[in-house]
Amino acid sequence: MKQQSKSNRWLTAALLTPTGLWFAFMLVLPLIVILVFSFGERAAVGGYAGGFTLEHYANLGARLKAFSNTLTYAPIGTFLSLLVAYPLAYYLAIKVNRRYKLMLLVLVIVPFWTSLLIRTYAWIYLLGGKGIPSILDWIGIEDVRLINTPGAVLMGIVYGYLPLMVFPIYVSLDKLNKSYLEASSDLGASPYKTFMQVTLPLSMPGVATGCMLVFILLMGEFLIPAFLGGGKVFFIGNALVDLFLQSRNWPFGSAISITLVVIMLITVSLYMRMTLRNSKTGVDESLM
Amino acid sequence: MTAQSKITKTYDIEFKGVTKRFGDVVAVDNVSLSVERGSFFSFLGPSGCGKTSSLRLIAGFDQPTEGDVFIGGHSVVGTPSHKRPVNMVFQQYALFPHMDVRDNIAYGLRQRSPKPSNQEILKRVDETLEMVRLSGYGKRRVWELSGGQQQRVALARALINRPTCLLLDEPLAALDRKLRSEMQMELQTLQRDVGITFILVTHDQEEALSMSDRICIMREGKIVQSGSPRDLYDNPRNRYVADFVGKTNFFNGKICDVNATGATIQIDSGLSLLGAPAKGAAPLIIGGKASIAVRPEMISITAADHTKFHPGVSLPGKVINRIFLGERSEYLIETQGHGEVLVLSPKNITGSTQSFVPGDQVSISWQAESALVLADT
Repeated sequence: MKQQSKSNRWLTAALLTPTGLWFAFMLVLPLIVILVFSFGERAAVGGYAGGFTLEHYANLGARLKAFSNTLTYAPIGTFLSLLVAYPLAYYLAIKVNRRYKLMLLVLVIVPFWTSLLIRTYAWIYLLGGKGIPSILDWIGIEDVRLINTPGAVLMGIVYGYLPLMVFPIYVSLDKLNKSYLEASSDLGASPYKTFMQVTLPLSMPGVATGCMLVFILLMGEFLIPAFLGGGKVFFIGNALVDLFLQSRNWPFGSAISITLVVIMLITVSLYMRMTLRNSKTGVDESLM
Repeated sequence: MTAQSKITKTYDIEFKGVTKRFGDVVAVDNVSLSVERGSFFSFLGPSGCGKTSSLRLIAGFDQPTEGDVFIGGHSVVGTPSHKRPVNMVFQQYALFPHMDVRDNIAYGLRQRSPKPSNQEILKRVDETLEMVRLSGYGKRRVWELSGGQQQRVALARALINRPTCLLLDEPLAALDRKLRSEMQMELQTLQRDVGITFILVTHDQEEALSMSDRICIMREGKIVQSGSPRDLYDNPRNRYVADFVGKTNFFNGKICDVNATGATIQIDSGLSLLGAPAKGAAPLIIGGKASIAVRPEMISITAADHTKFHPGVSLPGKVINRIFLGERSEYLIETQGHGEVLVLSPKNITGSTQSFVPGDQVSISWQAESALVLADT
């Protein structure tokens, strides 16, 4: 008996080793490197030179605009994605005929078989002078500017992150027992009241998961603001690209990265605590 | 009051030529029925017979393809479920998992407009909790409750709305046997106390027989027979009903003679047996396939060497199994060439003579009047 549990322990250890090593080398180690860098000096030709200084953290204010942009656009983008994704997920999970369900779900993912870079290039064309504005011009709405505006960035965000929001919500709506909806209607609730009192609260775990996924990834986004914002909307991600690749100020970039990680940890843990307390279902927390 | 509503006023639920099709499948096939106010009515049948579909037509989850459904004398075709004065107890209860017991029960009242005051709602919830014997459980989460308790919450959630009619969709199927028979008693008492019409859907004949005032037996979307439990048991119209309600011995054969008092069937083993025709059944046709049905309690059992003269049918046989059920015993008898026969024998008052063990040679007999001739359908 004891022998068996011992060999079981070895097996468990053996199976967990690859994951453990992966985490150590791909997550913990780089994070330590970044942390060390953030306290160092910039070498004369760029990159990292040793030493210990808090100068980069003191200098964070220089990139305040990137922080405030990211912290404004990420929640707004998440919220807009939710507004677009929820009706779609609802339709796919509850309304659509079973026969077409799989096909429609695949259609949601199909765009992701092409890289985001290429799809964003396509949007540059669509939103640019020869795209949608020229059509608007033709029907009489003149001088509409779409590309390189905050609106274009938000549109790109919603477009790019939609499936990440749709799928968790779809899953929680799909496994929602339809007899709850019938029970609500049977007890006199109109379809609108049934949605507000039963469907929406019971799909909250999916909403929470989707929002978290989109929000976390948006905090590190740089492609969409760079391409569709025309350099006017500057995210932390863009600051990092600039600092690491252009001006080669690695310690300052590292300090910004560490600050971003800390901000993310705080917001996500606050958010999780909030949604866990509010979700009274007690059955769906496995999704978190 | 118009003449029309006078005629229908004692009926809470009526179906007039109701048909429900799902694509090519006919779930309910031209069904007409009426459920008397304040009665306990059951739809009984195997799965897929149309009983749940009928219930959903009353609840308003589905609309009939043809025909008319009336609640309290008014046609409700086209009326959505949230505007119908009926409430349902769902098979798996469908209690809202994100609400506690009290909020579940108060749900119906909170949908009303004008909405009752919070005090009024709390008072009604407490009264209803008391009615289903769950006082003090208001703050519990529904998933913390046992199956029987969840069942009661589901009942309370429906009854608090004082519906015209309470619909119960296999409400006891998820409970264990002992709890089920307890809840059967409770449901019956509750129905008498609140005086609301109950419509039950079940595949369990015992459940239907023990609780209902009236049972409607369904098969493939059609009503086969409806009547009081006693009536269905004593006068099954065909073999399907006799087989579904209670236990019955069948001897299959062909009709070879029909007269005023009954018919003679030549059963497959060659023997000719007499039986009374079933009430309300289609006329028997000579040469048609039919069976003789005898309820196990109508058969008496005696030792093989017994010399008593039997006025009816008498067959020799051998005891192959005996199940002791306390106040009675169930014997399975292997007859010579006529198959196995189930006999229900009450405990003898003298207690001594009538006890047989497997292997005993016996003689079974019944009166010709207690056998029914049922045409195969």
